[in-house]
Formats: sequence, C-alpha cells, structure tokens
Amino acid sequence: MPDHDVLVIGAGLAGQRAALAAAEDGVSVGIISKVHPVRSHSNAAQGGINAALNPGDSWESHAFDTVKGSDYLGDQDAIEIMTREAPEEILHLEHLGVTFHRNEEGKLGTRAFGGASAARTYYVADITGQAIMHVLYEQLMKYSDEVARYEEYFTTALAIDDDGECVGAVCRNVRDGAMELFSAKSVILATGGNGQAWQPTTNALICTGDGIAMAYRVGAKLMDMEMIQYHPTTLAGKGFLITEGARGEGAHLLNAKGERFMERYAPNKMELASRDVVSRAEQTEIDEGRGFPDGTVALDITVVPRKRIHEALREIVLVGRDFAGVDITREPIHIKPGNHYTMGGIKTDVWGRTDVPGLYAAGEVACVSVHGGNRLGANSLLDTLIFGRRSGEDAAERAKGRESARTTQAILDNEEAMVAEVIAREKGSGRRVSEIRKELGQTMDKYAAVFRDQAGLEQGLEVVRRLKEEAESCYIDDRGTVFNQDVLGAIELGFMLDNAEATCVAAIHRTESRGAQFRTDFPERNDGEWLKHIDLAKNGTGPEISYSEVTMTQWEPQERTY
Amino acid sequence: MAEYALKVRRFQPESGEGPYWETFDVDLDPTLSVLDGLLQAKDRDDGSLSVRCSCRAAICGSCGVRINGQSALACKTQIGEAMEHANRNNGERAGGARTNGSQSEPIVVEPMGNMPVIKDLVTDMEATHWKKIRRVTPWLLPEGDPPEREYLVPPESMIDITQSMACIQCGACVSACLSMEADPDFIGPAALAKAYRFVGDPRDAETTERLHDLANDPHGIYDCTHCFSCIDACPKGVAPMDQIMRLRRAAGAEGIDDANNGHRHEDAFASIIEKKGTLDEAELLQETYAPGVKGKLMPRPSAIKGLVESIPTAVRGIGTGKMRSLPKLIPGIHPKLPGDSQEQVRRIYAHTEEHSIELNLYIKGEEAEGDAPVEEGAAVPERAVGPEPDEGEAPTGDTGPEADTSKGPQGTEHGQADPGPPESGRPGPGGAA
Repeated sequence: MPDHDVLVIGAGLAGQRAALAAAEDGVSVGIISKVHPVRSHSNAAQGGINAALNPGDSWESHAFDTVKGSDYLGDQDAIEIMTREAPEEILHLEHLGVTFHRNEEGKLGTRAFGGASAARTYYVADITGQAIMHVLYEQLMKYSDEVARYEEYFTTALAIDDDGECVGAVCRNVRDGAMELFSAKSVILATGGNGQAWQPTTNALICTGDGIAMAYRVGAKLMDMEMIQYHPTTLAGKGFLITEGARGEGAHLLNAKGERFMERYAPNKMELASRDVVSRAEQTEIDEGRGFPDGTVALDITVVPRKRIHEALREIVLVGRDFAGVDITREPIHIKPGNHYTMGGIKTDVWGRTDVPGLYAAGEVACVSVHGGNRLGANSLLDTLIFGRRSGEDAAERAKGRESARTTQAILDNEEAMVAEVIAREKGSGRRVSEIRKELGQTMDKYAAVFRDQAGLEQGLEVVRRLKEEAESCYIDDRGTVFNQDVLGAIELGFMLDNAEATCVAAIHRTESRGAQFRTDFPERNDGEWLKHIDLAKNGTGPEISYSEVTMTQWEPQERTY
Repeated sequence: MAEYALKVRRFQPESGEGPYWETFDVDLDPTLSVLDGLLQAKDRDDGSLSVRCSCRAAICGSCGVRINGQSALACKTQIGEAMEHANRNNGERAGGARTNGSQSEPIVVEPMGNMPVIKDLVTDMEATHWKKIRRVTPWLLPEGDPPEREYLVPPESMIDITQSMACIQCGACVSACLSMEADPDFIGPAALAKAYRFVGDPRDAETTERLHDLANDPHGIYDCTHCFSCIDACPKGVAPMDQIMRLRRAAGAEGIDDANNGHRHEDAFASIIEKKGTLDEAELLQETYAPGVKGKLMPRPSAIKGLVESIPTAVRGIGTGKMRSLPKLIPGIHPKLPGDSQEQVRRIYAHTEEHSIELNLYIKGEEAEGDAPVEEGAAVPERAVGPEPDEGEAPTGDTGPEADTSKGPQGTEHGQADPGPPESGRPGPGGAA
C-alpha cells in the first residue's frame, strides 16, 4: 500500500505546485493523476497570469479589480493574499525557467486583459498555461526522489477514518486495472473543474468534476456552485476557446451589422469588460437578432498587427485554421459565449483546508473564494499557483506532527465492489453512458447558461435527477482490466451528475443576478439579501443549503460598470 | 454529414490474440476530426475501443496516432481530409488509376510507431518517449542563487526557445522518426528539441556540458539523418529537426570536436560544396577525417582509424553504383559546375553568411507568406550583439557574455551551409536569394 505524508490528487498546475511546495518542506509526497500530468487541462490557459509587479502598479489595484470582477462575492481576505503574493510567485516561476515574454530591456513584459485597470498579465505567447505546467513538470522530474508520481491512476473515492478525517484515497491503476488504497496524513484535491457537465464547453474531456463530487460525498461543503463562467469567445459547435488575449491585443467584437456593440454595454472598457458582462452583451445581440444565422457574433483580430499576431497569438491562429477553417489574420471569426470555468467548488479557507480534517483543495476544484461571481481572465493560473503552494505548505505542516494514517480495507472493498458491479451490468439493460452524458450536457447548456430563470432551472434539475437514476443502470461494453476507459467513463458520469445537481439547486436558490448568475426573473443584484455564499452539504439524497458570510476588508459593494 | 469508414488496428492484450483490424462506420461532418470519429465509434458501437484523448484541440498531446501511415494528432486531423488522403494513397498504389470507382477507401488508424502498444491505440509513452526526455536533464540548471528580481535576458532569446516550449510531448515525432527505427537508442527529436529549450536559454549555466554530452553521445545530435519526418509529423510547428540543427550549430560554435566525427563531417560537407558546387563524395571521407593539407600531413590517430573503418562504406558506394564513374573515385577530379553556376553557389554562401538569421514560428507565422513578407527588422537580430545586461543590475545567475555568444539562435557559418534547406524547406524571407 503506497503511504505518503502528503497525497496530491490531480496534477495540473495546482497539484504540481502543491506537490513541489510540500516536498520543499521535507515530507514524503505522492502525486496521482488520471492522465499523464502534462495532459492536464491547465495547459489550455492561453492568455497569461496576473500580478501587480510593474512599477506604478499595486496589489491593491489588482485586488480591487478582482473584487469588482467577482461582483463583490469574492472573499476579500483571500483576494488580498492572492494579489499580494502574486509578484513573488511570478518571479519564482521565472527562476524555475518559464520563458515569459520580455520587454526591450529584457525584463518581464505584460499585456492587457479584461476587467483589469492596468496591463499586468504576464505571458508566454498564448501558451502560458502549457509553458508553466511543462516547467513545473520539469521540476517534478528533477525532484523525482522527493515526489512519487502515479501517472494514469484514477481516483474513485476518498478514504475517511472513524474520526472523520481524510486519510487517503482509493485509485484504479488505469494501466492494469488494479485497485489500490493510498494512505496519507494529508490529502490535497487538485482535480480541476466540471465543464464536461455542459456541452459544448471549452473544457477538456477529463474535466468531469471528480474532486468536487468526491469531497461532497465524504461531507465537505461546496460553495458558490451556481457560479459557472461562460467565456465570451468560444467557437460555435465544438466550444473551443479563443483567448481573451486576442481582445487584450486589441481585437474587436462585431455583430452581424458590423457594429462594435460593446459600446452600448461597456462604453469605457469595451471588449475588455469582465467576462460575464461581455458574454451577456453577446447573448443579448444574438437573442435580439443582431447575430449571425449560426447563433454567433464575430471576433475581428485582423485589426491586430500581423507581426504581433504571430508573436503573441499563434495558438489561436492554429485553432482558427484547424478547427474553424478561418485564417484569423485575414477575416473575423464567429464566436459565442460558452461554458468555461467553475467559480464555485469545495469550500476552503486561505490555506486550502476544507471542512473535512486532513482534506485540502486547491485550484478550480476549490472555492476559496477569490473569484466570487465572476473570475477575471488570467486570475485562474494565479489561483492554482498561490493556493496550490499554500495547500502544499499547510498539508506538509499538518503531516509532520502526525502518526501514520490508519486506513481500512473496507473502503477498498467497497470501491472494488462498485467497479465490479458497473462492469457486470448486462448489455442493453439500460442506457449507454454516452447517451446520458450527452443529455446532461445539453440540459445544462440550455438551463444553466448565461441567462437563467426559475422555470428553466427547475426543469434542468428534474432532468438531472432523472439522469442520476438512469445512471444507476447504465451499461458499458469493456469488461477488461487494461485501460478500461469505459468503466472510468461511467464513474465520471456519476461525478458530473453530482456537480450538475449542485449547480441547479444553488442557481434556483439565489433569487438575484450577480456575476455569472443572471436571473431574468430577478434581474437586479440584491446586496441586502444575497451578499452571501450559498453552501451545499450532502444530506441524504440531495444537497442541503446553508449560508456563509462574504469576508469584507476594505471594499464596500458599489454599482458595477465598465 | 458524411459517412466514413475507420479501419482501426486493434489490440486487446487480455484476449491472448494478436493485433487485428476492425472497421467502424461513422457518420459526421467532414470538418470534424478523426478523433471525433473514433469517439463516435466508441460511444455508439464499442466502448472498449481505447484511445487517449482529452482536450480535442491539439493542446494536451494525448491522441497521437498514425493516420494513413502518417503520425499525427487524431483531434487535429479533419476526417474529410483524412479520407481524401486515403483515396489518394490508394490511387498511387494502383498506379494512378483508382480501382474501385467512386467508393471511398477506409481511413487507416494505427497506434504510434517506435513504441510498444498497450491496447488498441494506446502506446507505452513512458518506456520510450519519457525515458528519452529524462535523458537530456530536462530542467533548468542556473548558476548560484536566483536574482532578487527576474533574470535579465534578451527578449528574442525567449521568443526563440518558445518554439521548443510549444512542444506538447505528444510523441508524433518519435513515432515518425526514421533514425529511431534504425537505432532505438537515438535520443530522438522530442528530447533533443527539449534540450534546445535549455541550450538556447541564457539562464542555463550548463550549456557547454549539455552540448558536449549530446554531441559525444553516439545516439545524440549527430545520429539524426536529416529526413524531415519529425517536422512533417509535429502538430505544433516545433520542427524538432531544426532544433537539432541548432544544437549542432551551437556545438560547432563551441568548438566541440565530437567523438562521432559529426561536426567535422558537416564542415567537410559544407566546404566541399562551397568549393565545387556539388558533393565530391570521394573527398568527403578524407576531408571528414583528415581535413585540409595539415590534416593529411599530420593525421590524427583517430583519423586513420576512422578512414580504415569507412572502407566498407566506400566499397558499398562502388557496389551500389553511387560512385560509378572514374572521376568520382579519384579525389580531386570531381567535375565543377558548368558556366557561372559555381559563382552562384558562392553567392548563396555569401548571402547566408550576411543574413545569418533564423525565423521561428513566433516571428514569421505559420506558412511562408509570399504576399506579406516579414520585414527584415522583425527578424531575430544577432544575439551576440544583443542587449547586454547592465553589469550593476546583472543578476548573479545570468550567464556571462562568453556563454552568450555561443547560444545565438542564428546560424553560424557552418550551420547556414548545412545541406538541408533551412526551416523545413519553406522559403523563408531571409533565405530566398
């Protein structure tokens, strides 16, 4: 049985950063990932990472932009920590070898990004997430004696002892199908978001909300689950992302009449208003008949100098060419708002601690909350790194003073039985996993999207609950042990359904419009009643609702205009 | 919507059977990808069909496969184009005439090459690809403690190595590598491209050691046969072979006289063509081992050994007809080019010396753009005269000027005379003489 002081589940940016930080503290670390670490979804973060590092910029300004971007639902103590520690983290990454863009003096250079009052986004062309993640993986290879890597191990459940503490996890080795119990003194979840519960989505196929569901199932609270970001520039159909960096470099949004419609919605910041604002503007144009027949508006990148496109936006040139058949250097590309990011997640404090002792969460799986109702572009990479590191440090400290965790065989037996039951289901006895998954994605994109209302959300919840029942009997084809992706797909479906249910319940409950939650039946923000988080805890079959206060330090809520 | 047939090479390790072919009929828009086709087959027909995949957008590097024999990402290959390609392949096999009228050929999908197969389209990347990556010490080795702020480095140096950083570790180049087929121990295109990311990084303090290591390893940079397969296969435009050539140029500029005679061979190759316009193969061997008059008057012990060991190669050359005419056998009687062709070759040499720049993807864009040339000023300037960090401000870990000159992204004289066309054969603005 593998036994570590700190066990990290998920090996994107948050997980890798947590593992490195814990190892630096001198404890034994294991990092588990259901895919090879460099396949993690952090590599899709194109635009960059925010930090107030330039002379004349300040962390207070970065913090205020983030608070305002969050529509005042972000916890200000956490936001202060993130923005204060950002410059040091950027320099740390630079020292590790990230090939950040330089200015003429050879210093770190920046670009502009949405919702920000200064150009404070550091970047590597438009492969920033990829570049940082590959550099962190270089460090994991360097410190392979200190950090054991379990690549292609799928976690099915967390292990909780009799005292209610998290003491490990059960994983399936994808390569040979063996179920293994991992024992640990501290466990950090860094498994990312749940975008695959929506279709289309910018998220990778692996983003199935595993960690959120697993933590919820063992009693951790979830928070802000109604806050799902729709990114303003995604390709129709497949949902691929076009970086906000394009607008940061000066690209325009145009409706079918060729109007720069953002003038009407955000006259000051135009295309660089917050994402929720821009997505609503686009959806309004489309809904009111000023979009293109394919339900899109246009992003015009041709106004950006060609040399600059090649240098800074190469990835989206490829995306346009390979996936839309459009040369973005020559013609506008059709885009629409699309599912992109899970602002909510497992409720944590500023050290990544959840409500379950010994269990931590960091990155998109967590809700600290630094993003509140709406995440600013280029704050997600920062979130993963700052709170990944802090979780790693605190988890290591916690592990130091403790005896080896006591895990029980029962949890392993349970999970083995669960997998065996799925594999044993008779073919044709129910629906196929892929059918349920598709219906779930379409349902969520219809009812829990840019504009929402009570009737739609309730209908969505009803469908999700029916799908949960159907998932109990869905069948798979693969009965083997080696690389049985079929059985993993069935387990992921269960995770996604828990996530979707939580989102619908919270979205129905929040009867106001704030950040990404826009209720057409309650179109105003209501600070008097709703300046608070919705927390969800598993109770019997469904989520039980409670509230927690938004932490305020120095910024009182104001009207939000861009 | 259109119908396609995907002929997949399957392998189910638990069945006790060998690999077999299975054809899946799928039904999707021609602009969707081969991966979309595979996933449709998996969703509708057989969930046991295994393929690694995640992002669907050519960024995670999971779905490397071979499609109609060509190594590629399944998500980045449009299914309509793959079918056209399959039909074209078949047409060529049938001697130009299509044998089966309008009927479509199946799209052939196989696991990547040069790697063991685990199941269906899933290969063992760890046993090959990642082991090779770890071979090149794939992490930054700066000197001393980091500076208080960032390392000061020339902006173009970061743009230069960003082409290597664009690698997503999909293994398509490894799958396509012909040298690795012949020598499974070849470090290979992906790992060497990764190595350039450190060699070209001014923050790395072990450049010389890295270059010595890679030049002297018999499976290192001189093991590449310059076949361009990796450049064709790479879905991200990393052009691994170009990065290998940069490593060679850097090793040459560093004066590394490698145990494989790789550098001397390149030198000989380049200087013979400069002198004679075409390659005098009889002269190539002796110039490689014993260059010039000095080399012949005072041959190094290794030169004699090398020449003797090359005799079988020379004999094979005669046997295969490569050196069939008398003049080709006698060194020095190699015919020169007619008319002023020789002069033109010299002018090409002179031009490349003057314009010793390399244009990577982040500067010139994806394709050669005839109608919109990149202006000269946009090209990578000489790194050796690039901005030098102010001494007072220079961070402790920064490399000194000595190391700096050896790391230019631009070609050296040897490099530009390299027999292969620069930048994957597309006419770059700098090279279009």
